[in-house]
Amino acid sequence: MFAYCSDPSQLDGLTWLSCYLTTGKHFDFYWSFVTVLTLLAVTAPAALAFGFAGAMAARAPFLPLRVIGKTYTAMVRGIPDIIFFLFFVIALDQGIEWIMHQVRCPDWSEPIRQGLEFRVCPEAKVPHGSAPQSVHRIYGAGLAVFTFALVFGAFVANVLSGAMAAVPRAQLETGESYGMSQGQVFRRILVPQMWVYALPGLSNLWMILLKATPLLFLLGVQDVVYWARELGGAKTSAFEYPHPDWRLWYFLVLLVFYLAMTKVSEIFLTRLQRRLSHGQATADGEAQRRAAA
Amino acid sequence: MKTMLIATALMALTAGAGLSQTVRMGTEGAYPPYNFINDAGEVDGFERELGDKLCEMTEMTCEWVTTDWDSIIPNLQSGNYDTIIAGMSITDERMQVIDFTQDYFPATESAYMALNDGVDITSAVIAAQTGTIQASHVAEGGATLLEFATPDETVAAVRNGEADAVFADKDYLAPIAAESGGQLVMLDADVQLGGGIGMGLRKSDTELKAKFDDAITAMKADGSLNEMITKWFGADAVTF
Repeated sequence: MFAYCSDPSQLDGLTWLSCYLTTGKHFDFYWSFVTVLTLLAVTAPAALAFGFAGAMAARAPFLPLRVIGKTYTAMVRGIPDIIFFLFFVIALDQGIEWIMHQVRCPDWSEPIRQGLEFRVCPEAKVPHGSAPQSVHRIYGAGLAVFTFALVFGAFVANVLSGAMAAVPRAQLETGESYGMSQGQVFRRILVPQMWVYALPGLSNLWMILLKATPLLFLLGVQDVVYWARELGGAKTSAFEYPHPDWRLWYFLVLLVFYLAMTKVSEIFLTRLQRRLSHGQATADGEAQRRAAA
Repeated sequence: MKTMLIATALMALTAGAGLSQTVRMGTEGAYPPYNFINDAGEVDGFERELGDKLCEMTEMTCEWVTTDWDSIIPNLQSGNYDTIIAGMSITDERMQVIDFTQDYFPATESAYMALNDGVDITSAVIAAQTGTIQASHVAEGGATLLEFATPDETVAAVRNGEADAVFADKDYLAPIAAESGGQLVMLDADVQLGGGIGMGLRKSDTELKAKFDDAITAMKADGSLNEMITKWFGADAVTF
């Protein structure tokens, strides 16, 4: 990065440190924070969408839909996360390739499973074998986000259906007496009012999701934990910047990062709760009304 | 998901035309001097240089991929990459699930490293990396095996006293002991393990295996492989 970094073995003190902290590898580490935040920013809305769909399905008047919704929440909530992160991702990946194989290579005669090998025709590889590594990374991250969203979506679904059930029946009846259809009651009355009941549960899930991001590392995403471990490990002179085991310092950085993230989230969620309670028929909403009066 | 599929489909359509075959090389990136991630964040080491050379000779394009040692064989089998080039010794046990090219590195000496040379390796707690020939060797003996996912952690375990000694390839441990300023010593109890290091391939990839075998034979014949070994492992290294 800096001109004086060309021969690190001649440097010491702060100059050495300034060069050390600006190596290509360290920039990969800094970028991995952005990666984690991006994946969070994608996963959270996706999980919310999964949860909303699940909650809607679970209270649908149409029986098969209700069964699907309830099975989804019950199954995903009941299966240990680690199984999802280790088994499901592989199954999903192979499933996609299996479908591509059926579509693109209908004339392929060899079996797909040969012993422990999973072998589809080269055209069916997702991503394609000749695609650059970045595409493979994005695809891997995509699978990870999908899995996270599926798992957390089941919990969100449960929270949301609880919140939907908590909206006072009288509110819905009022809507019906104005001649609104079931759909209108759902959109105009139930959904806007349920968030205040859902928020405590959702904020819990957000915090858990935030703290579960190091699991990305299990899914092969080169996240902050991967780089902290890689950079912190003792380095011999095979490397340009040899140093002893510094993992402690790198993990301290992660500690600060995650504490900062949870603190910011807490502040934000408290504000959101106050806003959502405004004008609601809840104890919080009532307290706000009295304070204003 | 949908856009992802469309994007990859487009890639596949545009990429296939007239390019040389791409081989994805799977390595661990945590085992200097065999393979490691250098300060620029790229795969480096003996195997990087060798792999690039082999790809050049066979006129294929190589793409380097790193993965955890734990899952390096399953990932090969499910097709996430096409070769394992990660200091993996050829053993009968591994031959049952994957194929190997001929060895590109002679059978290696494994060595013990400890805080002092008074450690009794027949009864001590020995750290080794999971799924290595060294781990199986310790498990078969009388010592207590302590397994870790990465080579770095096995050394750290000795430094902090969790294990009495670490057992790994001598080429990996020797530089660490030499640069520890006397904190770590090599024990005088080297063991020859495995049938040399080869490149791991899926059993069904016979064509690829033949190509790499030919290239390795050529490199052995003209002495360039020995040169490369001496460059990375020092003048005392065992060569062909």
